[in-house]
Parts: sequence; C-alpha cells; structure tokens
Amino acid sequence: MATSPLSVTRFRIIFSICWLIIFIDHVFLLRWFGLSWSTAVFDGAVNVVLLILCSLLVIMMLQYYLPQREKYFHLLTWCVLITGMVILFTQVILKNVYAGDKEYISFFNHSLWVRTSLDFLLIGCIMLISVIWYNWREQSEQEERKQDAEKLAKEAELFKLRQQLQPHFLFNSLNSINALIGARPQEARKMVQQLSDFLRGTIKKEEHQWVTLKEELQYLELYLDIEKVRFGHRLSTKIECDASLDEMKLPALLLQPVMENAIKFGLYDTVDEIEISLKAAKEENNLVITVTNPFDPETSVPKGTGFGLQSIHRRLYLLFARTDLVSTASKENIFTTTIKIPQT
Amino acid sequence: MSGKVIIIDDEPLARSIVVEYLQHFPDLTVAQVCSNGFEGVKAIQQYKPDLIILDIQMPKINGFEMLELIENPPAVIFATAFDEYAIKAFEAHAIDYLLKPFNQDRFEKAIKKWRDQKNNAAGEKQTRQLLDDVSLTAPQNERIVIKDGSKIKIIPIQEVHYLEAADDFVKVFTKEGYFLKNKTMSHFEQVLDPTQFVRSHRSYIVNLQQITRIDPYEKDNHVAILRSGAKVPVSRTGYPRLKSILGL
Repeated sequence: MATSPLSVTRFRIIFSICWLIIFIDHVFLLRWFGLSWSTAVFDGAVNVVLLILCSLLVIMMLQYYLPQREKYFHLLTWCVLITGMVILFTQVILKNVYAGDKEYISFFNHSLWVRTSLDFLLIGCIMLISVIWYNWREQSEQEERKQDAEKLAKEAELFKLRQQLQPHFLFNSLNSINALIGARPQEARKMVQQLSDFLRGTIKKEEHQWVTLKEELQYLELYLDIEKVRFGHRLSTKIECDASLDEMKLPALLLQPVMENAIKFGLYDTVDEIEISLKAAKEENNLVITVTNPFDPETSVPKGTGFGLQSIHRRLYLLFARTDLVSTASKENIFTTTIKIPQT
Repeated sequence: MSGKVIIIDDEPLARSIVVEYLQHFPDLTVAQVCSNGFEGVKAIQQYKPDLIILDIQMPKINGFEMLELIENPPAVIFATAFDEYAIKAFEAHAIDYLLKPFNQDRFEKAIKKWRDQKNNAAGEKQTRQLLDDVSLTAPQNERIVIKDGSKIKIIPIQEVHYLEAADDFVKVFTKEGYFLKNKTMSHFEQVLDPTQFVRSHRSYIVNLQQITRIDPYEKDNHVAILRSGAKVPVSRTGYPRLKSILGL
C-alpha cells in the first residue's frame, strides 16, 4: 500500500496553507458582496471545514482503492457525489443558523451554483493530485522492488561464481590424503590442513569481496600445493609478482579458477611434465595477470574464450560491466590467459 | 586363482593406494602401473592382464577412449572421483566402479565381484556394452581416437572430411588419408552433431563444412565434391536430407 501524501510533513504544511488561503479568500469575497464579518467568517468556516473533511476522505479512499486507467470516469462520479454532499450539508447548516435572515437566504440561493462549481473544482483538484501521487508512488515502489530483486540476483550469482568448487578436485584430494595416511601420515596431516584452509576460503562471505594481491596469492599457493601433491612431479608452477604490487586489489577467489583451468587444460592435454606460470604486472591503472599453460595445438582447438573461463568472464562483467577484461591467445604450444582488473 | 593386474591412473597417490590395497591379495600381482592411456595400451598388449583398474579422466585420452583401442579388453574396474556423465553407464555395465576415495572393504568387494563374474565369462561382453553406452556422451563426440599401427591418433571432429563404411569398420577420412575405427555407421550417426555431419548415403557420412558443391550423377543420384577433391556419393534419400540442412 502506498503511503499517503499527508504523511510527508512538507505536504501537510502546503495542504494547510492552501485551505487557509481558500478560507480567507472566501471570507473577503463574501465581505465584498456586502455580508457582515461574522456571517462571512461563519459561512467560510462551514464551507472550508466540510471541504477539508471531504478531501481527507478522498485522499484516504484513493490510498486503498486506486482505479485502473480505464476506470478513471468513476472518479468523476465520486467527484459529483462528494460535491453534492458538501453543498447539501452547507445548505442545511447555514439555512438553519440563519433561518430568520431573509436577505442572507436569498443571497445563498443566488450563489448556490457558483458555490457548487467552485467546490466541484476544488474536490476535482484534490482527486487529481491524489491519483497522480499514488500512481507515482506505486511506480517508484515497483522500480525499487525490481532493483532490489536484481541486486539480490546479482549478489547470489557472484557468490555462486566465486564458490564454484570442482568436485573432481575435492574427491581426488581426499583420495590422495587417503593414500598418504598409510604411507606418510605427517604429509597427510599437512594436506588436510591445506585443504581445510582452502575450503574455508571458498565459503567466505560478502564483506571480503575485495582482497589484496598478496592475500590472493597466498590463497592460491594453498591450492597449488594441494595440486602438486596430487600430480607429483608432473606439475610445477612459477609465480612472478613484484613486491610493489602486493597492495593492488582484486575480487577474492578470482585467480584460483583461472589457475585451475590452466592446470586442467595443461595436464590433460599433454602427457609430459608441465609448468604453469603466473605473472602480475601494472599497466596504466590496471592490474594485469597473465597465466600460461602448455597445450597440444594438434588435438585441441581453442574456441573463443572457452576452456572454462566463462565464469571468470561473467564475474568480471557483473563487477565492472565490461566484457574486454579476459582475453586468451595461443602461440605454438603455449596458451595464455590474460586478465585485467581495473583499480579504483 | 591368480591374476595379473594393471593400474592406470594419472595421479601417483591414487595409484599407490590401489597397490597398497592389492597387497591383501597375494594371488594377484601388479604387472605394471601406468600414468596415462598410452602407457596403458602398451602395457595391456604386453602383459595381457586379467583385470585393469582404470581412472577415467586422464591426459590426452580418457579411460573409455583407451578401452576402445584395445581389441579384447580385459575386465575393468573403474576408479574415479566423480563423473557426471558416466555414472549411469557404470551402474548398468561395469564390473564395478569405485568412487574415490574408497576403503579396503569396498575395494575387496569389487575384487570379489570380479572373481564371481570371471566364472561366467560375461566380463568381456559387459565391457563392450559399457563402451557402447558411454561413447554416446561427451567428449567422445568431439574427437575420434584411433590406433594407427603402434601410434595413437587423436582426430578432432572438425578435421574429419567424411566417413565410409567398410565391413565391420568405418574409414575415417582426413587430410592425411583414412584411419580405421571399429565402430558402426549408425554409432557415428548418433554421436556426431547432426548440423555438421549428414548421412548422405547408406555407406557415407559427410562433414558439411567440407562440401564445395553437389553435382548430379547418373540418373537419380548426386555426388558431393569436397574441398579436398574427394567425391562422396549422395543417394536418393540422402539428397533431400542434405538439402534441408544446407537450407537449399
């Protein structure tokens, strides 16, 4: 339900001032027609009080029942009815109070049509303003709801994208731990710890959305250590990052999926030992991360920015509204993924 | 009842845990441990094992593709972490599948199951059936893995010009000539992307990207001329099919 315009203090003051003006106007007009001060004030008061009551009725009524566009003519009917009521009450009250004053009664009868049309106009105005107000409120509330829903959906999607965890990774890591428990229990313990720290990182909440490059690389290191235990000597990694870049910011958990993609792509596309490298650099106002992995150009055909990078693409789009932040290139047997993160 | 076992898995610790579990079976010997499908094919030919314990996701060729390259595949127990597309097929036809991580008890059950089935000789047939089922799923529809003498060839599907039926085999034509694959035409018709590959003739499936023109040939027939210059017959029923997909 929309809030009434009278719930806003500013509008309450305007409303009161308008009626005061109308009242004063009414009194002076009657004085001009030669009525005594007391009669003019009383006549004005009766008329204005009745009109105020009716306009409050109109405002309240429209708050609960706002006619649809094609039913606006209902309002006209209401307007006529309410005007009729006001005029009827005014007539009954004033004619009873001034029953003996023939001159006044004759004046009142003469002015009846003028009174009716003025009251009709005033009530019409109030009605029109109310309809416009409530329609506007309803629309802006709808807009707000839509924006809220969009924001929620965006947050949920970002959360999901950040949280994406490959079941392969989890189960294979557990399998490696299972093997280590028998043979090298100390290493098993260490890997349980690393895996736990890694998993804790993936379920971090919204408030840690942005992290420094240093934090992100520490987290990445956890992941890489686990992968190295899994794949043994086949996997080696190289991270190049100048200490001056440590404080640059990026969305949390952005690099791990990129690295995971490179590892998967590299490890499953060749049977040899592979090296995955990550390089961080600053270009203009961007943090630029370059990840490379070997691949076999004869058997894999890179398609667009494919190879599991869609979720990174989507995430950066949701955060920056740009689609040019992820790019890939392949040269000979090296596949390169480049990610730009604008610094604010 | 003794037996030779080969373990094929790309993760060293995953191999070592299977070796460890196998120590409880003194009659089973580990002939070799392999870290990928290529090594696996070689080792299977060399040792003719009674059982292989096989991972699915491996470098270059996956476990299913490796099995396709072996003429008489031995009994297979799959050991895999999680395979969204294969689990169903497993349930129907594999001797057993072990979901990593698995414990000694579970492993022993799988071995017992294999021993029970070995007696009724259903193993090999089951493995074949399994391969037929899983070969309908990704990534088997993105590439074709073929054994060419002692070499293993991986052909990305886009590089296939056309397929021709040849008895029990299918000839897969590429720019390097043809390779034989022991599958049926109807198998490829099911697996290949129907917007890219069309069965133009009872014995031919053609890659649309390769066609440069279609000429009439004899009275009711047509022939598709490919970029490579090869001519692929188009039958009376194949012609309207080809035309509708090409939007003619």
